[in-house]
Amino acid sequence: MATLEAIAVLLVFQTVGEALSYPLKLPVPGPVLGMTLLLGLMLVRPATVERLRPTSLELLKHLSLLFVPAGVGVMLHVARIGNEWLPIVVSLLVSTALAIAVTALVVTWTARRFALDDTEA
Amino acid sequence: MTPRLDSIWVYLAATPLLGLTATLLAYIVAFRIYQRSGMNPLANPVAIAVILLVTLLVLSGTPYQTYFDGAQFVHFLLGPATVALAVPLYDQRARLARLWLPLTLGLGAGVVTAIGSALGIAWALGASRETLLSLAPKSVTTPIAMGIAEKIGGLPSLTAVFVILTGMTGAIIARPLLNALRIDSHAARGFAVGVAAHGIGTARAFQISEQMGAFAGLAMGLTALVTAFIAPWMAPSLVSLLSP
Repeated sequence: MATLEAIAVLLVFQTVGEALSYPLKLPVPGPVLGMTLLLGLMLVRPATVERLRPTSLELLKHLSLLFVPAGVGVMLHVARIGNEWLPIVVSLLVSTALAIAVTALVVTWTARRFALDDTEA
Repeated sequence: MTPRLDSIWVYLAATPLLGLTATLLAYIVAFRIYQRSGMNPLANPVAIAVILLVTLLVLSGTPYQTYFDGAQFVHFLLGPATVALAVPLYDQRARLARLWLPLTLGLGAGVVTAIGSALGIAWALGASRETLLSLAPKSVTTPIAMGIAEKIGGLPSLTAVFVILTGMTGAIIARPLLNALRIDSHAARGFAVGVAAHGIGTARAFQISEQMGAFAGLAMGLTALVTAFIAPWMAPSLVSLLSP
């Protein structure tokens, strides 16, 4: 029952997220809104966390699996990717590396800057 | 009288059963290979599963749509899985409250870098307009990236492919890159991987530590949110500017 309940709760929060996001034309995707609302509920009622934990972590353990069906869609775009492989490959590689580096450096620098401010205060 | 083998095939191929079963089996095989390799990021389970399935579909002459009719049940779970990220996030609430400002700044910088550099580089190397627009949301988790692509005039199914390729790239290069930059905080490492490489990066981060996974998951959610705001005005204007 616990698993069923947890799945139902996740689906309810996704539904609420979608139900708010779509008609209000929010740029926030429904599942992200659902995640935020669920986090809010957990902060107010910590008892809910333990009931959701096993199922949620099990689902997240297999997160990569969920990307497979969309990935197989590569077979629809073989011609385009063949024609434009150079810009696609270079752009994906370099921009992913840049995004990782910039994010990590900005987070680290600003966090360090804060730690400094903390000790000086 | 036993039915002929090809009629069984025709029957099975028309139900969602085959696409679903094939997806799970291909992933289990791919994950075994990944484990055998000692979790080497080059043996990314998504990549291996996709290669196995595409080979199977091409050899059997099955159209993608037929396959997806079954596989959509797996695809659908991306929604509940995103909601489930609330649990690891809750566990990191103390760190989250302390680090919210560095994380917010890192997020903004990372999202703008991901969109801007992807478009700039692909444009400089001669990519078409449709490819450019489909590249813009590539750092966002699949279903949301597809929605953004549709909004800005890209091809959603092409975006899905770019999203997967980006995730695999991030999962492969993150560790050596972050080591070279001497970033040792698991929070900063996870967050950067989540911003650049969404759920596939997050899956990889969870294998390293719960804390890294939680921050990657947080970044994945926030990146989807921020990109959904920024991409619709940034990508088309940048593309018109570059290739009028």
